[in-house]
Amino acid sequence: MKPTLAILAALASLSPAFGQSKAKAQNVPEIPYESTPNFLKLPANLYLGEGIGVAANSKGHIFVYTRSQATRLFEFDQKGTFVREIGEGLYGFEFAHAVRVDPQDNVWVVDEGTNMVIKFNPEGRPVLLLGHRPEAVEGLPTLTLNAVGQQVAEPYTFNRPTDVAWDAAGDIFVSDGYGNSRVAKYDKNGRFIASAGTRGNGPGQLNTPHTIATDAKGNVYIGDRGNARIQVFDNDLKLKTQYDQVGNPWAICITNGPHQYLYSSNSNPDSNNSEQAAQTGEIYKMELDGTILGKFGHAGKQLGEFSTVHEMDCRSENEILVAEITAWRVQKLTLHPKK
Amino acid sequence: MKYSHVLFAAALAAPLFAQTEIAFDSAPNFLKMPEHIYLGEVAGVATNSKGNVFVYTRTGTSLTEGGSRTFSHGGSRLFEFDPSGKYLREMGVGVYGFNFAEGVRIDPKDNIWVIDRGSSMIIEFDPEGRVVMTLGRKPEAVNEPARGPAPGAGRGPGGPAAAGAAPAGGAARGGGRGAPGAGTPGDNFNRPTDVAWDAAGNIFVADGYGNARIAKFDKNGKFLKSWGSRGADPGQLDTPRSLAVDAKGNVYVADRGNKRIDVFDNDGAFKTAIASVGTPWALCISPGAHQYLYSSNSNNVNSMDGGEIYRLELDGKVLGKFGRAGKLPKEFGTVNEIDCRNPNELFVGEIGNWRVQKLTLHP
Repeated sequence: MKPTLAILAALASLSPAFGQSKAKAQNVPEIPYESTPNFLKLPANLYLGEGIGVAANSKGHIFVYTRSQATRLFEFDQKGTFVREIGEGLYGFEFAHAVRVDPQDNVWVVDEGTNMVIKFNPEGRPVLLLGHRPEAVEGLPTLTLNAVGQQVAEPYTFNRPTDVAWDAAGDIFVSDGYGNSRVAKYDKNGRFIASAGTRGNGPGQLNTPHTIATDAKGNVYIGDRGNARIQVFDNDLKLKTQYDQVGNPWAICITNGPHQYLYSSNSNPDSNNSEQAAQTGEIYKMELDGTILGKFGHAGKQLGEFSTVHEMDCRSENEILVAEITAWRVQKLTLHPKK
Repeated sequence: MKYSHVLFAAALAAPLFAQTEIAFDSAPNFLKMPEHIYLGEVAGVATNSKGNVFVYTRTGTSLTEGGSRTFSHGGSRLFEFDPSGKYLREMGVGVYGFNFAEGVRIDPKDNIWVIDRGSSMIIEFDPEGRVVMTLGRKPEAVNEPARGPAPGAGRGPGGPAAAGAAPAGGAARGGGRGAPGAGTPGDNFNRPTDVAWDAAGNIFVADGYGNARIAKFDKNGKFLKSWGSRGADPGQLDTPRSLAVDAKGNVYVADRGNKRIDVFDNDGAFKTAIASVGTPWALCISPGAHQYLYSSNSNNVNSMDGGEIYRLELDGKVLGKFGRAGKLPKEFGTVNEIDCRNPNELFVGEIGNWRVQKLTLHP
């Protein structure tokens, strides 16, 4: 699809204006790490575009959701060998934003172009759909506005959603997104339960909720990118606290296991702004209470450097997968934190 | 944030009195899809006399710039399955009019008729899968709809209200003549929705989202007449979403925006309206000596309220209902078409759940 100038202009006006910021946190210890060279082995004539989403399943297989000429979903084994493509030509694939794998190894993608969240079973067939692709031939939408002129988010309609997470009961949380500014909660069968958040920078308000994760207790962590903070909500979407020391959280993830850690990437801007890149790009490791334990990485194009990390997988505490927008790649990182 | 849609939708959907629930089953995983072939929104499902199942699904239109104009390509696929749900073949690969699936119907001679809302065309295929007749003409180019909510504002809700409103530029996109909703007579459609035939082979087209009329053609495709205009008065239409013809040639129209089924005689004279079945979205009339009328009160994309399907006598008497909106088996995600060749074995195509369910009723 070739967008017209009008669409490009509309997209530009929609882009959230935020300056990528230097993190407030000072004197954070560096965590040593290395990146596996040429980790993903792609067949001839198959290419990754922008590395938008990466996630691993319980067997260590890796799913990559990428913006190529078409948005595509690839599966690799734990060694990085290409296994298969899933969802070729799917109606819900237009502009990749995230992929996550749930505890039952279902693969969920979030597509910012079609405004959909799609659950594939482990065999790769779509089994649950949230949101709906706007009709190509539908006319101008009717907007429902609130008192301050913001559109009221409808229960089952997303506006450029960004990410998905689940609690232990299987309830589904969707960060929504660039257009709306909310988090929506559904039961495991996709029935709407609750929604929280409006656009702004007050407590509980959101400015591009870009990434979302849950802990074992069902608390919901939202990377409130435009406001340079992680906001923590309880399972009923009541605001609990916020962490504002780690820059603009583009990507967050929470590890499995009895002691959970929170990773957050203060990614360098995808606008290739070299001034901001000089003071951003690092990933923080934190306790769930926000205590910063260390950081690693910086912006750059070489192996082990980061080119706008867009999604992280941290199923294993010291083995992190990162998908990068501007480098068109996925890196597998091995951390060596001091004991 | 709280939503008041529950009360609103309840008022739309709830019948005035309790209805008999019809017991039913859904065959699990009925359609067996080959690897690397996926259904998108299932706009249409229909069976032929052999029990083969035809599915017309939305797979994503693409637009290309050709200098000063924008052209639409592809966007829908037509699949055939055998009576057990085994995949047989794809038909109409690359056909010019496959842009945005709206429905598929099979006539008594097993010809396959596709209704495409994007190209504003009705396309007849013979049983071998060759194009034998077309109605309407695909617009040469499309005007891209402006969707430019300000930052922080969301996209508006879809559903009957939004879809029923006459959109700016709708006539140009849909290809109909004259202003949208004017019920303009003629061969061209503006986002048509359905097709049906009477015993003589006359063709009836519900037209549609852009226009608000029913068009009648003879069996050779010659335009005879059309009736209806946008409005709520008896005989007027507000998004005629589906239609069906009984053995006597009466025409039943799912007048979605007006929340009623309008019944016309074979020449378009208004006879009566049935207003007890929520928001009719998909209609089907079974063949045979005793005909039944099915009507789906499909949920719109922004709710999971309603969703049930009604079984009626042709005179409008409700015999029972079954199902509800949802994403599980035996639940419905915006049913867009019903096939009822066998009155107790229905096929439903769902927009919201990208699937076809085969339902067995136990009335």
